[in-house]
Amino acid sequence: MPWTTDVIYRYDGSFCGLLCCVFESYVKKEIPLDIVSEESPQGSLYPEKWIETIEVRAQRVYRSLGQRIHPEAGRFLKDCFLTCLVSKEILIYRFINLGYRIGGRIFNNLTEETVHILNKAVKHLYHETHLLTGFVRFSDCAGTLVSVIEPKNNVLPLLSGHFCDRYPEERFLIYDKTHRLALVYQPYQAEFLEADGFLPPEPDAREENFRNLWKKFHETIAIEGRYNPKCQRTHLPIRYRDYMTEFQQSAPPLSHPVEFPGTQGNALEDGSNRPL
Amino acid sequence: METIEKLRILTDAAKYDAACTSSGINRTGKKGGIGSAVSAGICHSFSADGRCISLLKVLMTNCCIYDCKYCVNRLSNDVPRASFDPRELAELTIEFYRRNYIEGLFLSSGVLKHPDYTCERMIETLRILREEYHFHGYIHVKAIPGADSALLGRLGLFADRMSVNVELPSEQSLKLLAPDKSRESIFRPMGMITGRIRENHCELVKYRHAPRFVPAGQSTQMIVGATPDNDYQILKLTESLYRKYALKRVFFSAYMPVSDHALLPPRGTKPPLLREHRLYQADWLLRYYGFQADELLDEKHHDFHPLVDPKCSWALAHMEFFPVEINRADYHTLLRIPGIGVKSARAILQARKAASLDFQGLKKLGVVLKRAQYFITCSGKLIEGLRVTNDTVLRSLLSEQGQAVFYQERYEQLSFYQQSELPGKEVVQCLGRRM
Repeated sequence: MPWTTDVIYRYDGSFCGLLCCVFESYVKKEIPLDIVSEESPQGSLYPEKWIETIEVRAQRVYRSLGQRIHPEAGRFLKDCFLTCLVSKEILIYRFINLGYRIGGRIFNNLTEETVHILNKAVKHLYHETHLLTGFVRFSDCAGTLVSVIEPKNNVLPLLSGHFCDRYPEERFLIYDKTHRLALVYQPYQAEFLEADGFLPPEPDAREENFRNLWKKFHETIAIEGRYNPKCQRTHLPIRYRDYMTEFQQSAPPLSHPVEFPGTQGNALEDGSNRPL
Repeated sequence: METIEKLRILTDAAKYDAACTSSGINRTGKKGGIGSAVSAGICHSFSADGRCISLLKVLMTNCCIYDCKYCVNRLSNDVPRASFDPRELAELTIEFYRRNYIEGLFLSSGVLKHPDYTCERMIETLRILREEYHFHGYIHVKAIPGADSALLGRLGLFADRMSVNVELPSEQSLKLLAPDKSRESIFRPMGMITGRIRENHCELVKYRHAPRFVPAGQSTQMIVGATPDNDYQILKLTESLYRKYALKRVFFSAYMPVSDHALLPPRGTKPPLLREHRLYQADWLLRYYGFQADELLDEKHHDFHPLVDPKCSWALAHMEFFPVEINRADYHTLLRIPGIGVKSARAILQARKAASLDFQGLKKLGVVLKRAQYFITCSGKLIEGLRVTNDTVLRSLLSEQGQAVFYQERYEQLSFYQQSELPGKEVVQCLGRRM
């Protein structure tokens, strides 16, 4: 029986759900035109089919990835699922499809269109995760560290290991505004919670003090004669700065007026030829 | 004095140190402590000059008994002085670290009273961090020249990376500008650290839990542009430091005029940023691309070309090496092609296991075809429609900064460099001969 191709799958938006779509496709011998999640609006005249998420089926597909494609394939596709790629579902489907046919060689096939796009998206995800291991800024609120991020990719599952390992004795919370997901940690357990909003509490005097110290450090460490905002922007894109302490205006007025960094001694000479 | 004022003074005094990397060691966190280290290093912010901020880079004190002419903290300079108390600095580090502002501490110091005394204060700071706060994050510490080697040994057991700055690349320059230091006083501690690291490797083989000495290795820094030393001297010295002392990194710092000494460039001189950039490019070629200093420069050509990057410049002088066949060449050959780096060379090796590569495919692997096109063939063919004219070659092979300088020179008739002939002509001739 030839495979049919005129159907769109709709699933619940979870990775398990997507694997069930793969299962359905192979059982019914049909190649979906597209796979869309529950939330995405209906935008086509093709018939749609709702795919139920069934744990056992998803596990069967997941196991087959390791056995028939490559031991790393499952992890790779899980990461693909975290990216912000627009049509990641159908690309993941095609990757699995191709992988079943050619096996582990698929990971070498870097010039193949599907593999190339997924690889690029995953690289973007890893890169953003790496950047955020540095760019996350915590505020101390009565002993709990809180932070808000707004990444493009769903980086929190990949970030959690890093921060849980780094601060084993702290209690902290990282809220991902884009994906409405929060990572909550207390010694020694971590949990992901879905939350529609989060408003970090106002900083107290001690917190404000360390913020000011950090801002002062950030401002002083730059060498005036090498001023290069373009280079700064390349490494630290503007979109991350909204949530970074050193780029936020301090709300309460300082006890003494803000002075130019280095109004004494030789620093004055350096400051005078600072490009605008 | 308030902490914020101290922090300002001691940061301001430390900022000319180029190194701010937190790389070279992987260490997981431990229950009861705080901190971990990632071998790739993590940048936590970038300052207005575009440099990475990874570590809290401060001096223990900016008081100094030495009078090195190039240094902001020299004895004769009239600047406000401050010192951190070890406990105060340790607390500041931890509070910054908790908020994920930093990856760790970079501690350096002026020499207060005596090198040994200074060194002891630094050891105390690191001891509080490591033993009281159980801090497992990154610590980079400067070895104080002239301090007792037993003290340096203790410092090294707390730190992840140590550095001794060469600063001036030749003995003569050192004599002129830093009369209190000698070549020996710099290379002795460096040699001692290298020796201890090697010793430590043997200990670790015998005893798994032996305390680790400077596990992320040693680095150094050289100032570029304060003295008449040329690029060839600097690069040769760099290479020998990598070989002899097994350094992890050599940093270059374009000299910022901070004093009015007759032997130094006057204030207001622009820092030689392009030269610094070229040296870093060459440094990468030494460390990752299998190049040797003598291949890049020699007695006749002892400075890097301002318009073309060192790799391109090597390629143009060795056209007999090209074109390289992408589908056959080995890794080291691929690395020599302009426009192909470590990542794309590895990708090529991987991808050609699955299918033979064409130019379209190379683009997907991240090869910069704009540069590479003149030097490669895919399955025996050159890229279609390759034109070798003055303008196209210039646009594709000159570095970005090079183009800016070149076009400015040409249209505004400003001459910054002595090269009289157009580099474009040389380039076209080189390429033309081959085709």
